[in-house]
Amino acid sequence: MISSFEGPTRREILRAIGMMAGTAVLYQAMEVLGHAKETQFTGPPNLQGARPGTRVVVLGAGLAGMLAAYELGKAGYEVQILEYNNRPGGRNWSLYGGDTYTELGGATQKVGFAPGNYLNPGPWRIPYHHRALLHYCKAFGVALEPFIQMNQQALLHSSRAFGGKPMRYRELHADWDGNVAELLAKAIDNRGLDSAMTKEDADRLRLALREWGALDQNFKYTKSYRSSRRRGFERPQGGGVLGEPIPSEPHAFKDILDSGIWRVVSQHMSIDHQHAMFQPVGGMGMIGRGFARQVEGKITYNQKVTAIRQQGGKVTVTHSDTGTGATATTVADYCVCTIPLSVLSQIDVDCNPAMDAAIRAVPYSNSVKVGLEFKRRFWEEDEAIYGGISFTDQEIAMISYPSGKLHSDGPAVVLGAYTFGPASYKFAGMTPEERIQRALAQGSVFHPGRYQEEFIGGAAVAWSRSPFTLGCCAMWNEETRKQHYQTLVAVDNRLVLAGEHASYVGCWMEGAILSSLDAVTRLHKRALEA
Amino acid sequence: MRFTLFVAAALLAGPALAQKPAKAPPPPHPGAEVYQNVCQACHMANAGGGEGAGRIPALAKNGALEASGYPIMVVTGGKGAMPWFRGQLSDQQIADVINYVRSNFGNKYKDKVTPAMIAEQGLPAPRGGMER
Ligand SMILES: Cc1cc2nc3c(=O)[nH]c(=O)nc-3n(C[C@H](O)[C@H](O)[C@H](O)COP(=O)(O)OP(=O)(O)OC[C@H]3O[C@@H](n4cnc5c(N)ncnc54)[C@H](O)[C@@H]3O)c2cc1C
Repeated sequence: MISSFEGPTRREILRAIGMMAGTAVLYQAMEVLGHAKETQFTGPPNLQGARPGTRVVVLGAGLAGMLAAYELGKAGYEVQILEYNNRPGGRNWSLYGGDTYTELGGATQKVGFAPGNYLNPGPWRIPYHHRALLHYCKAFGVALEPFIQMNQQALLHSSRAFGGKPMRYRELHADWDGNVAELLAKAIDNRGLDSAMTKEDADRLRLALREWGALDQNFKYTKSYRSSRRRGFERPQGGGVLGEPIPSEPHAFKDILDSGIWRVVSQHMSIDHQHAMFQPVGGMGMIGRGFARQVEGKITYNQKVTAIRQQGGKVTVTHSDTGTGATATTVADYCVCTIPLSVLSQIDVDCNPAMDAAIRAVPYSNSVKVGLEFKRRFWEEDEAIYGGISFTDQEIAMISYPSGKLHSDGPAVVLGAYTFGPASYKFAGMTPEERIQRALAQGSVFHPGRYQEEFIGGAAVAWSRSPFTLGCCAMWNEETRKQHYQTLVAVDNRLVLAGEHASYVGCWMEGAILSSLDAVTRLHKRALEA
Repeated sequence: MRFTLFVAAALLAGPALAQKPAKAPPPPHPGAEVYQNVCQACHMANAGGGEGAGRIPALAKNGALEASGYPIMVVTGGKGAMPWFRGQLSDQQIADVINYVRSNFGNKYKDKVTPAMIAEQGLPAPRGGMER
């Protein structure tokens, strides 16, 4: 047992817990003590001792670029950032009332949302285990609040179940678990699991199933007080004369299967969508603004980088002013390039042929988001849906209710579409107004009589037409990872690439952060060795 | 959020909401629908492309389309930011849309691409699809 004079070592504690309660507890304890982590983040890099006067040019003022500039600046480098847009943040971005956005092809939207309301066209939620991003949010004074991912009161719509009528997630989820539990219990009774476990364990499982699935005394999932405590009552519990609740009738299992509820349930079990999730107070773009405050005066906006040369022991970047068209060059000792590969593959980059091939090897995904503003929070007021997501098998895929300012009066913005796959191409091919109208039409399946009627105005962003990324995120696959990833992230002479695309945490801000920290750490080492 | 084009595609066979016109006009080119539902997302309704920090090439009046092998390679295998469409679209759809673009938007190439040519000259979709 634990008897060491200095107190127990960590291993001794682990062994003690392990002996007492089995490996599950051991694993949990390892997490608490700082092993078996979900992220590779162990703390900020704390770079020091740059050679005085060494200059670094950073390309792109997204999160990766701004963080690189911040950490290198702290280490003593002279840093300058060149950014195509007229704002910081890159894909980290919110559209507010009064903002104007022009997509490729020329369609311009003037956003008309009420003060404080916004659409997050790109990132919108942060998993609790994205420790690096969370660290910098705190360090840079970006206030966070809960993002409500799962809401049992929200709805699920399937064109193939319940005659197309949306159902409460709560009912479907309860009925799914209940029916699966009943079937498994039946399999045990029919000795169907005899080959899988001992009689003793089967008995224990049977009892567990009754509790887990809210089964009745006969191990059946039935209309009962028990099942209604999960799926909701026909008449809820009340006070006085009519206080007694009336249980509700579970749906037929065939309909539950048809609804595809297990897809949503399993999505919420993935580590990227488990509670707790966060969002910045006031819009995702607050992170970009928070990062920009740390590199104030170092960003030059409206600069389109067109070439990166490495010659004579320097890096020379050519860029043109998007307003005046004037071309200029910036010379530095090193370059951190965070320009998405979708754009970088079109830029004349002076690097080794293998890196050049890597830059060209990674295609980009697409997605469309639509924000719809309504006169009031009818989903809260009329239906008790506070945040969360209603899912559908229509093109819009989902609608998401705002997690912020819950229970308040006045207009609010719902995410009215977040498309995937072929639907993204279809939506992106429409005009912004067509996207909004289609999102409104499809979303009204959830809230008929309210959705179209209380609509004020919308905004729509199609990532394939985004002027600064030409797409959503880098799409790697097994082959390209094997062939190109290490080359892409290696320092090439005086150039290093960073960003979401240079990570295995693809299409998450955490990937941009981790990639940036790794890139500047290696670049700093290289600079000191030079 | 990760984007799983191919997996999501299978899950998302939503109802067709396109409105049928009351009276059938001359049948549209079979490639037109593919163009509108897919290519137009980037190359625009008028095939004019666009320019921002990077460029989406115009397909209108595009000399690079003269040799049909080139669009076959690009549509099946992708290029730069553009993903591959092999496996996403059928060989017939790929042939249709290439024929449509090569005979519209100011392009007047007479020779036709066939599904057999796609099968023969096209690049295979990457093994293992995309990361989840
Ligand atoms: C629809 C969508 C949903 C997402 N959802 C989430 C989410 O919920 N949670 C999450 O954590 N992440 C999410 N992400 C991913 C997240 O947005 C990215 O991983 C992250 O913001 C990328 O940061 P970055 O610095 O690598 O790139 P960017 O933010 O793209 O920064 C690159 C910068 O380079 C600039 N640039 C481009 N070309 C040039 C040029 N030629 N010259 C000069 N500058 C140039 C761009 O303007 C941009 O500012 C989502 C992304 C999208 C698109």
